[in-house]
Amino acid sequence: MRVTIGPCYKAVRVSRNLIEIKGVRHAYHTKAGPLPVLGGLEITVPEGGFAAVVGPSGCGKSTLTRLIAGLMKPDQGEVWLHGELVKGPKSTVGMAFQNPVLLEWRTILQNVMLPLEILPTKLSKREQEERARKLLALVGLEGFEDKRPSELSGGMRQRASLCRSIVHKPEVLILDEPFGALDAFTREDLWQTMHKVKAEEPFTGVLITHDLRESIFLADQVVVLSGRPAKTQYVMDVHLTGQRDIEHLYTPESAEALNILRRQIQIAQGRADGHEAAQ
Amino acid sequence: MTLRNIMVPVLAIVVFGLLWELLVWANGWPNYVMASPSDLPPAYARYWELFIVMGWQTLWRTVVGLLLAIAFGVFLGMIMGFSRTMRDALYPLLVGFNAIPKATVVPIVALLFVGDHNFNTILIAFMISFFPIAVSVSIGLSTLEPEYRDILASLGASKTKIFWKIALPKTLPEFFGALKVAVTLAFIGTNLMEIVSPHGRGLGALFDSGKTNSDYPLMFAVLIALALMGIVLYYVVVFLEKIFAGWAERSPSY
Repeated sequence: MRVTIGPCYKAVRVSRNLIEIKGVRHAYHTKAGPLPVLGGLEITVPEGGFAAVVGPSGCGKSTLTRLIAGLMKPDQGEVWLHGELVKGPKSTVGMAFQNPVLLEWRTILQNVMLPLEILPTKLSKREQEERARKLLALVGLEGFEDKRPSELSGGMRQRASLCRSIVHKPEVLILDEPFGALDAFTREDLWQTMHKVKAEEPFTGVLITHDLRESIFLADQVVVLSGRPAKTQYVMDVHLTGQRDIEHLYTPESAEALNILRRQIQIAQGRADGHEAAQ
Repeated sequence: MTLRNIMVPVLAIVVFGLLWELLVWANGWPNYVMASPSDLPPAYARYWELFIVMGWQTLWRTVVGLLLAIAFGVFLGMIMGFSRTMRDALYPLLVGFNAIPKATVVPIVALLFVGDHNFNTILIAFMISFFPIAVSVSIGLSTLEPEYRDILASLGASKTKIFWKIALPKTLPEFFGALKVAVTLAFIGTNLMEIVSPHGRGLGALFDSGKTNSDYPLMFAVLIALALMGIVLYYVVVFLEKIFAGWAERSPSY
């Protein structure tokens, strides 16, 4: 599928692969013996790229995010970020989850500033605050800085969580189904916000999602994982650059792309054979 | 604090006192069956010095016992909250210990530390009140959602940092909930010691002397004094909760 509409993103130097996942295998140890969840993953994301990872439920997508974040080590294979082998957590990584996990005893502004309190930073307290305020304004939360998380709607909390995940300017942003618990309209709003954020605050992203429309709307590469143990089953490049609008999801090209992806998911679930998908 | 916030509880207390007075009057109960509120002021007037001295003895021993219970309960709760093994090991012990009626422990403690009346009393107040604190802290810590840990762990934060920034504040509402229970329990502990093993100190001893002299209004006056101290201490906890865990309270508009 090749749809090019409108101006491109700010020129991004696509010179090297920023995220490289090579032959990653992983198993959990359960009472019933080892449970392999990842069975040979190959994913590469160039600098400034945005990969969406889709696959059947329970195929180890969240394990993948923990591996990239350095929160655990794979049994086999390697994860490289920016030419460095991942051995533990890195300050160049930002994370956001389906649950926004905002700290109820802090204001929204203080929540966004949390990573800056953990990481060594050259910014003064005032500059930190300015940075957080700027991001909140970017995602449309101006005026809510001093509110408590409980005073915000689900969509707004997710926006704040997004700000927190990028406040320290991470190179890599890992999004683990960040919009999964939101209603359809709020989700589409958040997709637009994502594009705005990516244009203003460039990052290399990995998005875990169950939503195929979301994957082609946000990402430039969609990776379909097979059922457990997950392997890279299919990779689709989405050349839908520039300012994306929701309408673009209703073009024939998008419909076809979604169809292909859906068939791939069915194969991954073991519900269809390869012949049908190969057509 | 609006006028309404004060007036409603005060009015409730007045209504309660009137009903009590009415009940005693309507039944024609003599003092040795049940004293009425109107008997109380004379009792307080007669023994006010004793009330102040012994009330203070009860109060400070309760508070010290409670403070020990907080320190030990939080420590135990942290051990059980962070280590599954310790949780599995300590829970049955703790539940068993809590199941023992403390009235049976009083004579044992009194024999163990003969003559150390203050220490004994504090010990019982402590023993009876640390359990809810330990349990609530351990539950608060062990039910911390992994994502909360992950947002800091993915930045390379140390375990201590995660504890101070997230685990501890997140447990505060549970802690204060348990503390409200522990306050009243600590009073029960102090008075158990003062009554079951009388040693002439505290409101419990005053109650006991009221009993031996068949001074029923005095006995009731002691009960009311205990209730008052319990209320005061309870609201001290509520006040602290508002300061340290006020965020957990949803605004009434929700």
